[in-house]
Amino acid sequence: MATSDDGGFHGPSIEEFFPEAIFFAGTPFEINRIILIRFLAMLAIILIFWIGTRRMKVVPGRFQSVVEMGLDFARVNIAEDLLGKKDGRRFLPLITTIFFVVLFANLTGIIPFLNISSNAIIGMPLVLAVVAWLAFMYAGLKKHPGAFFKNALFPPGVPWPLYIIVTPIEFVSTFILRPITLTLRLLMNMLVGHLLLVLFFSATQFFLFTATQTSIFYGLFGVGTLAFGFVFTLFEVLVAVLQAYVFALLTTVYIQLALADEH
Amino acid sequence: MLQTILVAATEEAQPNPLLPEPYDIIWSLVCFVVILFFFWRLVLPRMKKLLDERSAAIEGNMEKADEAQREAEAALEQYTAQLAEARAEAGKIREQARVDAQRIGAEIQAQAQSDAERVKANAQVAIEADRQSALVSLRTEVGSLAIDLASGVIGESLSDDKKATALVDRFLADLEASDTAGKK
Repeated sequence: MATSDDGGFHGPSIEEFFPEAIFFAGTPFEINRIILIRFLAMLAIILIFWIGTRRMKVVPGRFQSVVEMGLDFARVNIAEDLLGKKDGRRFLPLITTIFFVVLFANLTGIIPFLNISSNAIIGMPLVLAVVAWLAFMYAGLKKHPGAFFKNALFPPGVPWPLYIIVTPIEFVSTFILRPITLTLRLLMNMLVGHLLLVLFFSATQFFLFTATQTSIFYGLFGVGTLAFGFVFTLFEVLVAVLQAYVFALLTTVYIQLALADEH
Repeated sequence: MLQTILVAATEEAQPNPLLPEPYDIIWSLVCFVVILFFFWRLVLPRMKKLLDERSAAIEGNMEKADEAQREAEAALEQYTAQLAEARAEAGKIREQARVDAQRIGAEIQAQAQSDAERVKANAQVAIEADRQSALVSLRTEVGSLAIDLASGVIGESLSDDKKATALVDRFLADLEASDTAGKK
């Protein structure tokens, strides 16, 4: 991928994330390799959950148990845990969607031949962050139509001169930084994870097949970078699950804070 | 890392990964909306239905188990009551039998005693009657014999019955008197 034909070593570049268009080049509906991988991840979600919930039995089989476990994780451990039964049920479709979209799109980063997460380009993280932003704004404005912005920007119990400092901070952190941090956290985790894996495996390629022509000892470096690549691949599995959990959890926390009676 | 990427991106005039491409946003939105509706309209209602069914089944089973327990307890109580009743009945019958046996024994004993006494009394009566009849016949026979003997001895007929009877009586009285005296 990053090694070129002249035998020299080239590290991975940002070009990785902007591959050539395959369909509809030049239009807003351009489809390249990463978009296709994104479609594949979404197709996997639909297939797994459609088949897994098609004929649900009171006593579940193996596959249904796994699907139920996934859905229960989003429902019990994220939504109901933070929002309670009633509000948890209201926002459950959103939270479940965010969790599984992020999870499945992340996991393509370590699946052979796909090898890139569609969350490593900014579109999906940004869309999900904006959705999370809209969700907590909606939750707050619906619950406290008059007091939401007042509670958020002028926290009760603070002496009024402090509002000069507190209010801009609260405004920036609540309404601007939240979606930005949500976007960047996911984007950078996936982007850097991909770059690291490409770096390790292209270095392995270089050391094992190009540099060994100079000296056989470079092969040892190749073994070392391969081992690192292997370890980081496992680490990427953890990161994929963790980032999905964090994204869904933070969205839920923001909704919870907006629903809380007092901030 | 971000810094180096950004620097690298600007230096080599490469695309900035922080600037979203329109196609990226569009396909992200499409995917998100599709998956949202998929979970919202299909998966989560199915899951909810299943959870409701499961809790209903669990509740139903618990109710059934309670019912069975109650029935078993009722049956046990009934059996215990029946057993106690049967025991009481058996005790009563045994007691009755004992009382009956005692009564029958006593009756038989009394019957036997009365029978024995009756037999004894009859025997005594018969003996007395025999003795009396023997006495009477003896007395008559002895009288007539004595008179016959005496008539023969004294040659005189004691035809006069009145006299003869008196004589015999006196004789017998003397005999008895002498007999009594002799015993003394």
